[in-house]
Amino acid sequence: MNAMNVPLWAALPAAALLVVGGLLTLVGSLGLLRLHDFHARIHAPTMGSTLGAGCILLASILVSSALAQRPVVHELLIAVFVVLTSPVTAMLLMRASLYRPRG
Amino acid sequence: MNYVLPWAVYFALMCVSVAMGCAAIRLLRGPQAQDRVLALDTLYISGMLVVLTLGIGFGSGIYFDIALLIALFGFVGATAMAKFLLRGEVIEP
Repeated sequence: MNAMNVPLWAALPAAALLVVGGLLTLVGSLGLLRLHDFHARIHAPTMGSTLGAGCILLASILVSSALAQRPVVHELLIAVFVVLTSPVTAMLLMRASLYRPRG
Repeated sequence: MNYVLPWAVYFALMCVSVAMGCAAIRLLRGPQAQDRVLALDTLYISGMLVVLTLGIGFGSGIYFDIALLIALFGFVGATAMAKFLLRGEVIEP
């Protein structure tokens, strides 16, 4: 792996952000699996798609900036895109589940 | 030479892979159609996170483009399916 060449001041926060992001995504997906109703289930994966994705994108910004030795922020594009598009899908799904006949 | 970042990458890959497995189980056995679409939404977000984590691990910039494309096409697919569930057709005249 090429990740061993990252200097320590960037590797430690990036590692912490990766661990936190992975755990948040796991918890959100477990909630999607374990909760009992659709209206409860739609809340759970938003944790992974906002905070988990944000943590991993921040770690990616840190590592790529440390490897290139200049600020590399194009991962913000993915963050803006996910923040813009994930409520659209959630709202459409919620309205679909409200208007669809049960069963 | 420090090994903290590769192990964090392995840990995050394992977590996000288990999350993808949970979403796949929900995709397979969701009782209603909107459960399956929600599981698909979670699945593409988790896949994007796997690609980003691999990009951190290998220190390459190519994975960013793949993650952006996954986010784009995943949003288009999930929104099209949610719109189909809502109205019965995707693009209305």
